[in-house]
Amino acid sequence: MSQDRLTTLTALADHKILVLDGAMGTQIQGFDLVEEDFRGTCFADSKIPLKGNNELLNLTRPEIISDIHRQFIDAGADLIETNTFSATTIAQGDYELQDLADELAETGARLARETADRAAAELGRPIGVLGAIGPTNKTLSLSPDVNNPGYREVTFDQVRDAYAAQARMMAPYIDMFLIETVFDTLNAKAAIKALLDLEAETGKALPIIISGTITDASGRTLSGQTAEAFWTSVAHARPWAIGLNCALGADAMRQHIVALSRIADTRIIAYPNAGLPNAFGEYDETPDQTAAHLKDWAESGLVNVLGGCCGTTPAHIAAIASVVGDTPPRTPVAPAQVMRLSGLEPFELAS
Amino acid sequence: MTQATAAQSFVNIGERTNVTGSARFRKLITEGDYASAVEVARQQVENGAQIIDVNMDEGMLDGAEAMTTFLNLIAAEPDIARVPVMIDSSKWEVIEAGLKCVQGKAVVNSISLKEGEAAFLHQARECLAYGAAVVVMAFDEAGQADTGPRKVEICQRAFRLLTGQLGFPPRDIIFDPNIFAVATGISDHDNYAVDFIEAAREIRRTCPGCHISGGLSNISFSFRGNEPVRRAMHAVFLYHAIPAGMDMGIVNAGQLDIYDEIDPELRLRVEDVILNRTPEGTDALLEIAERYRGQKGKVQEKDTRWRDGPVAKRLEHALVNGITTFIEEDTEEARLAMARPLHVIEGPLMDGMNVVGDLFGAGKMFLPQVVKSARVMKAAVAHLNPFLEAEKAALGTEDLSNGRVLMATVKGDVHDIGKNIVGVVLACNGYDIIDMGVMVPAEAILDRAEAEQVDIIGLSGLITPSLDEMVYVAREMQRRGMTQPLLIGGATTSPAHTAVKIDPVRDNGPTLHVTDASRAVGVVSTLLSEADRPLLLETTRARYQRMREARAGGPPKPRLPLAEARGKRFQPETGAVPAPSYTGVRTFEDIDLADLARFIDWTPYFASWNLAGRFPQILDDTVVGEAASDLWRDTQAMMQQIIGQAWFRPRAVIGFWPAKRAGDDILLDDGTRLHTLRQQMQKDNGRANFALSDFIAEQDDHIGGFAVTAGPEADQRAKAFEAANDDYSAIMVKALADRFAEAMAEYMHLRVRRELWAYAPDEDLDTEKLIKETYQGIRPAPGYPCQPDHTEKETLFRLLNASQIGMELTSSFAMSPAPSVSGLYLAHPESVYFAVGRIEADQVEDYARRKGMEVREAERWLGPILNYDPDEARKIRSAS
Repeated sequence: MSQDRLTTLTALADHKILVLDGAMGTQIQGFDLVEEDFRGTCFADSKIPLKGNNELLNLTRPEIISDIHRQFIDAGADLIETNTFSATTIAQGDYELQDLADELAETGARLARETADRAAAELGRPIGVLGAIGPTNKTLSLSPDVNNPGYREVTFDQVRDAYAAQARMMAPYIDMFLIETVFDTLNAKAAIKALLDLEAETGKALPIIISGTITDASGRTLSGQTAEAFWTSVAHARPWAIGLNCALGADAMRQHIVALSRIADTRIIAYPNAGLPNAFGEYDETPDQTAAHLKDWAESGLVNVLGGCCGTTPAHIAAIASVVGDTPPRTPVAPAQVMRLSGLEPFELAS
Repeated sequence: MTQATAAQSFVNIGERTNVTGSARFRKLITEGDYASAVEVARQQVENGAQIIDVNMDEGMLDGAEAMTTFLNLIAAEPDIARVPVMIDSSKWEVIEAGLKCVQGKAVVNSISLKEGEAAFLHQARECLAYGAAVVVMAFDEAGQADTGPRKVEICQRAFRLLTGQLGFPPRDIIFDPNIFAVATGISDHDNYAVDFIEAAREIRRTCPGCHISGGLSNISFSFRGNEPVRRAMHAVFLYHAIPAGMDMGIVNAGQLDIYDEIDPELRLRVEDVILNRTPEGTDALLEIAERYRGQKGKVQEKDTRWRDGPVAKRLEHALVNGITTFIEEDTEEARLAMARPLHVIEGPLMDGMNVVGDLFGAGKMFLPQVVKSARVMKAAVAHLNPFLEAEKAALGTEDLSNGRVLMATVKGDVHDIGKNIVGVVLACNGYDIIDMGVMVPAEAILDRAEAEQVDIIGLSGLITPSLDEMVYVAREMQRRGMTQPLLIGGATTSPAHTAVKIDPVRDNGPTLHVTDASRAVGVVSTLLSEADRPLLLETTRARYQRMREARAGGPPKPRLPLAEARGKRFQPETGAVPAPSYTGVRTFEDIDLADLARFIDWTPYFASWNLAGRFPQILDDTVVGEAASDLWRDTQAMMQQIIGQAWFRPRAVIGFWPAKRAGDDILLDDGTRLHTLRQQMQKDNGRANFALSDFIAEQDDHIGGFAVTAGPEADQRAKAFEAANDDYSAIMVKALADRFAEAMAEYMHLRVRRELWAYAPDEDLDTEKLIKETYQGIRPAPGYPCQPDHTEKETLFRLLNASQIGMELTSSFAMSPAPSVSGLYLAHPESVYFAVGRIEADQVEDYARRKGMEVREAERWLGPILNYDPDEARKIRSAS
């Protein structure tokens, strides 16, 4: 069943630009939830505030999460993301809920699957579920202590293990993994290692999508890599798609998507924010503005999957779906016959 | 093709951040100066390095930890971290630790089929999962590839496995088909560069997409210290290797010349060597090499002009300089010019060897050089031999010889490096040497000496029981009426022992102690000279007499009664140390020779060649520096082969047992007793009278034991060299095997302290401190000052079941194979090395009773440390 859906989605991607959903967090904010919504009955006596722990809603307010998934599907999304961005022992450690991480991951994946399957049956089109794997709140390449640059808050193995647990819980429900918002490539490599190890262990392979984050005008990830170096560093995952999300609006992200689309021998995914946040942390770009940028990307043959990140609503997704329409997707470039290595910058040696 | 175009497709990887490639970096890392180490990396990137190679394979370092620390630090430096890293280690765990630190795509250097397909595929799969390109060494289960076909075959096999079974992208595979030193003087090495270049071409053709890399500095190893020649060799090598497909290399950019700018004469000769275009290439290059040596190097007279001289001068030059290249043609020329083949030996060859002997005597030549001269002499004689035999058959003439010397290592002893050196030196001086080898019974020595009518008998031995055997040989000579001079040599022998114990047992001929090989020629020639002999014998007789009187006359130093010494035993402040990680016995094999090499203490190695001085300062010594440097160069060439081709297979067996102190003994759970001896000297200021048992607690303590060996392979190698008339290499391989055995002992002790017993898990010492033995715990060996009784080895060997790693004891408790070390492990923090010193009859009787041994037998084994004359003591006892 899931293999069929994957085949269908992949075939669909050969002919059209797939539409990914928008921002889960933005939609949750729209519900104006209070601390008690997050706590529900199970976590009523938590000593620390739980508001903002969006994954907890998978357990305490699952109907809201399902509702948001459905809104994006109805807006035209072919692919939805599970509400599991921070469903790892490391990220949940902030709320002292690390023991809950597995359950949050599994429930989040199951909610998305159930919603997608119900919608697919009703709408008569396949809906793919991407198991969202966030970067965690700890970095493997950077020291949190400016006076001790060699220090690391976590080890590679700890991060790998956290991701392995998350992936194991989500795998039965999802169609692909989405390692997203990568601001430290070494964290992403730990996730890739976890997924490849899981694949070797179970013999079951799910495609991997990887999306990095160029943090600002420097054109680099938080850990310092250029888009090309980032691609080179994660290409061993042989991802179903590679791309960028978050931090930048479409306007500022475009040049980096161009760079990736020139070298990546796989599909390109892009889901920018709705512009840059204003003084109140709100995103002002309208659905039409966002869609106009992305229409240009589609027509320039830069992308295979488009969606939205922070600030994008079902209205944005609907606008994107309508402008992308039947524009043919990008054709990935042929694999390069060069050895590519990378530090913060790429290096090539022709064969 | 010019250098300019070549450079575009060639990636140069520096090795300044490689502890095996840069002494400075190694020092910074071992001293923990990571801040400066990071600066080294920064400079390297600033100077244009496209990839930085990081290697932390230093024996004293926790490689994984050092790798992690350094990579994390450079990750914080954007101007360093911008380039990719090459994670360089021979240990997989270090590589894996490195892979966990780099966000970029690194190169792993290296993996190989050395440990078989399963390990190889596992490591390659992990490289894929971490996202790294790999360097694959041309190394398989059978060893490192040296010939062209082996290089190609191994790389093709690796390529099939990687691409076929794992889908490894060919473009991420870099083969390193092993660059080895050329111009080493060993003809087997002459084609190494060609082998590499041809293999590179074939690998690139048959493994499409792959890359070729290599460690460039190896090629010029023979010219260490002569940078201009090395730079030229690197440039010429790349000039030919790059078009063949080599596209990466580890080389210091400063060590590279531009091909077109190399002096044409040098370039031609370097090219002859690299491409192996002429068998004389090495010598031709050597002749002009000195001209190019750095500023201080004035042009030396080593050029081809010596080839223009008359044949006798050419032979002399070849002998003095140890050059075998032309020896056959020159010898043949001399033979044709002379009436009889014997005259060639008698005339120019002996004249040349006399020059060698004079220079050696004058301290202008040194042992390794003399041994090389001997190699030339042997080659010349080997050429003449068929003609000599033919003439002898026709005329029935005798061999010409200055005299005939029989040499042997006595029964029960297996050590022969010193004896072999003496043999070679004497042979160089025209003496006919009959070398009976090791473990030779007295009867065999004397039978052969009579049959061959030898002029002199030389005995050698290294362990103390051999001293008794020498006394026995002397006694037998007396009984059989053999009057030849008897020479005594070897590590435990001494003029005093010879004077007191050996010389007096015979009065029908002289017995002389010879301190080292450099004295042997003088003593032998004097003994065989009717004119000079009486003076030597007279002075020796007088000297030995004085020694005997001094010993007999002076009162023995007073000793404490045993009970009193026991009352002053050492009482540690703390009790038993923690228990080891296991009890019982475990064996250790497959130790990486490259790892062991870092534990070698080189100073004794030079001493074994009669070159005195500390390493490495000895290389710059004003007197022996040149000889030491030459030896060092040859040694490094052999080390490369030993390590690369796994000539030795070191093994170890390590045991730990629950133990407690029982008086002066150490009692194990199974009832086994390890016996120890107590100091009986009178000490000032209340210092204790030690016995090893003092370091073991009354209850619940442990003791360890070890036996390590470099294996029997060195002996086989040495025999092959001897068969090829190459005593120089034969001696070298044995001396190196000894070093590896010692290094193995040091290495295993480190592992014991850190991991197996783990009483000092955080210990962090550099090689120098290791050699100075500043660590906690001791590893005393039976037969050495802490426990001078060799027979304790029998207990140790039984406990360890040492025969499981092929180690045996001879009748005198020497270990076989010779390059072996064994001993006990004591972990107590206050345990120290000490010398038992001389002991009294009361302890010997007590000791014999504890061991279940006759007193007389105990006295025999403890002979060297008795504070009394057992024969006198018995006479007194029986008289009263």
